Amino acid sequence: MALTAASKKRLVTAALVGPAAAWLFVFLVLPFVAILVFAFGRRAPEGGYQPAFTLEQFANLGARSAAFVNTLVLAPAGTAACLLVAYPVAYYLAVKSNPKYRLLLVSLVVVPFWTSMLVRTYAWMYLLGARGIPHLLEFVGLTDVRLLNTAGAVLLGIVYGYLPLMILPIYVSLEKLDRRLLEASADLGARPVATFFGITLPLSLPGVMTGVALVMILLLGEYLIPQLLGGGKVFFIGNALVDLFLQSRNWPFGSAIAVTLVAVVVVILLVAMRVAWRVAGTRQVDLL
Amino acid sequence: MTKSYKDNLPISAEGFMQEFMRLKRGSVTRRHFLGITGLGLATAVMSRFPGALSTPAYAEDLGSQMSIATWPNYHDPQTFERFKAATGVAVEVNVFGSNEEMLAKLQAGASGWSLFVPTNYTISTYAKLGLIDELDMSKLPNFSASTENPRFTKEGQIGGKTYAVPKNWGTTGFSVNTKKIKTPLASWKDFFEVLQTEADGRGMVHDYQLTTIGSALVSLGHDFNSIKPDELAKAEELLIKVKPHLFAINSDYQPAMRATDAWITMCWTNDGAQLNHDMPELAYILGKDGGEIWTDYYGIPKDAPNKPAGYALLNYLMDPQNAVKEHIANGAPTTDSRVLALLPKEVTSNKIVYPDEASLTPLEFGAAVTLTDPSRAELMARFKSA
Repeated sequence: MALTAASKKRLVTAALVGPAAAWLFVFLVLPFVAILVFAFGRRAPEGGYQPAFTLEQFANLGARSAAFVNTLVLAPAGTAACLLVAYPVAYYLAVKSNPKYRLLLVSLVVVPFWTSMLVRTYAWMYLLGARGIPHLLEFVGLTDVRLLNTAGAVLLGIVYGYLPLMILPIYVSLEKLDRRLLEASADLGARPVATFFGITLPLSLPGVMTGVALVMILLLGEYLIPQLLGGGKVFFIGNALVDLFLQSRNWPFGSAIAVTLVAVVVVILLVAMRVAWRVAGTRQVDLL
Repeated sequence: MTKSYKDNLPISAEGFMQEFMRLKRGSVTRRHFLGITGLGLATAVMSRFPGALSTPAYAEDLGSQMSIATWPNYHDPQTFERFKAATGVAVEVNVFGSNEEMLAKLQAGASGWSLFVPTNYTISTYAKLGLIDELDMSKLPNFSASTENPRFTKEGQIGGKTYAVPKNWGTTGFSVNTKKIKTPLASWKDFFEVLQTEADGRGMVHDYQLTTIGSALVSLGHDFNSIKPDELAKAEELLIKVKPHLFAINSDYQPAMRATDAWITMCWTNDGAQLNHDMPELAYILGKDGGEIWTDYYGIPKDAPNKPAGYALLNYLMDPQNAVKEHIANGAPTTDSRVLALLPKEVTSNKIVYPDEASLTPLEFGAAVTLTDPSRAELMARFKSA
């Protein structure tokens, strides 16, 4: 059977796109459809799911308002803290560091990723617990310092855990920076500070936006850090979900919260892309 | 000169694991660690190679591996090693934090467990939902009904059928660091008061509705198992009032108590005994106003993938010689007088493990309805997310 050129091309496209599309369909679309169906159902008497078509679960979202508020406050706060720490580091790596050691320095940022986040968070539990830093502080007379299981510990864990995700995109955008622009700025009489705020910072904003979106989206689903460093008291949406599926066995309510979370993420992503387009003055910003 | 590269490594893999486990014992949250990392699972996988397959005569093919769902710090690890040596079956241990979690896994289907350790009040629900098998007692010759205390076997039997046999029993009291907290404590009322005063920022409650809500109810003079809306509302009010004063909501309290991050916590017999054994200032107290008495059972899930091995392990655990090692390791009292006779004097005379009958009188077994009651589940979730 002879194939026309066009159908051959279509076949090749299908062969190339097919696996990814099938993967997405089975592992992303289908589960999401299931969650969506659950969200309109009811909790069975012994727990689980009972088919129904009701908005009850969505009407009840207020019962987890504290988790939403915690997440919507701590995720941006964590992202901002990450940004404040990450920008100078990325700037140093991309602009100030000796190119000879640059690769080594960048890999130092990446290396912690080779160890499980869980193990690293446990290390912080030890450091912040009574036998860790508070024990050292006793020597300088500070007794009864409590660090573990506080909002501050959660924020620290977030900054520690997500920093590389913020550093790398900013580093990449600063690395691409055209040095001639900086020279031109200096030649025209701008002081370094003016050059930074007039040229370097605006040109690195796409990287900043990518980092912010990456960290923010992951933080919105965070579960581990609040559980381990917050002592199960600082409740995120992720913790509410685990609780609803594993303890209360209220799958429909859990699904409704999950659907709402996805909606929030989509909105944040859209807004972030808009902002990135505006500041970059182009539609060619790769966000993710 | 054929030196292995391993000789030059700063530390061997085994050495590292030993160091790691030692560090972990005192300072890392075991329950979460095992649960989230699946380290128990990993250890089982590493030890899965069944050696020379020198399986003794078993009527049925037991396969080479099985999985058990149980609680943390609850078995002598040697038990599973010896079972593997005797049968060639490697046991993968799944550790859980609450009965609700176990039920959720079973309801989701295909848990993969061939044996599991549910608590007394859940078994009737498992039987009703068809999630658990009736036990074929002919496959458990080591079980001895006549030496079991009927107080601890009855909830495994429903409608004359045996669905589960007891592992051990225990109580739910609280553990308190008497070096840090000087107020004498004797009741759940005292417990909730001291959480807000002397133990401000240092107290823990379980991440488990049965005991946390139940003890709050008891402290208010209500029934441990109440599902009355007005009483639950009072308990919720108390818990939410106490929450800002808590150190953590977590059922794995041993690391925090050992590190003295926490000074007082809700506590089960076996943990209470282990803590007190290692740190005598950690006293274990039963509420004179009430609280929980419990029994953990062994059962076989309906969808168990390897029932022959499940029965073989259960029968192995029912052998008094094996059970006595289990009980010495985990510190919870036995239900079987054959095992009791084999236990050393220092265990049977320990008042944490075997309290006076009088102090047990006010205690109640958990009621089946609390497992599935949505209002208790929702109360717990609201307390945690408040």
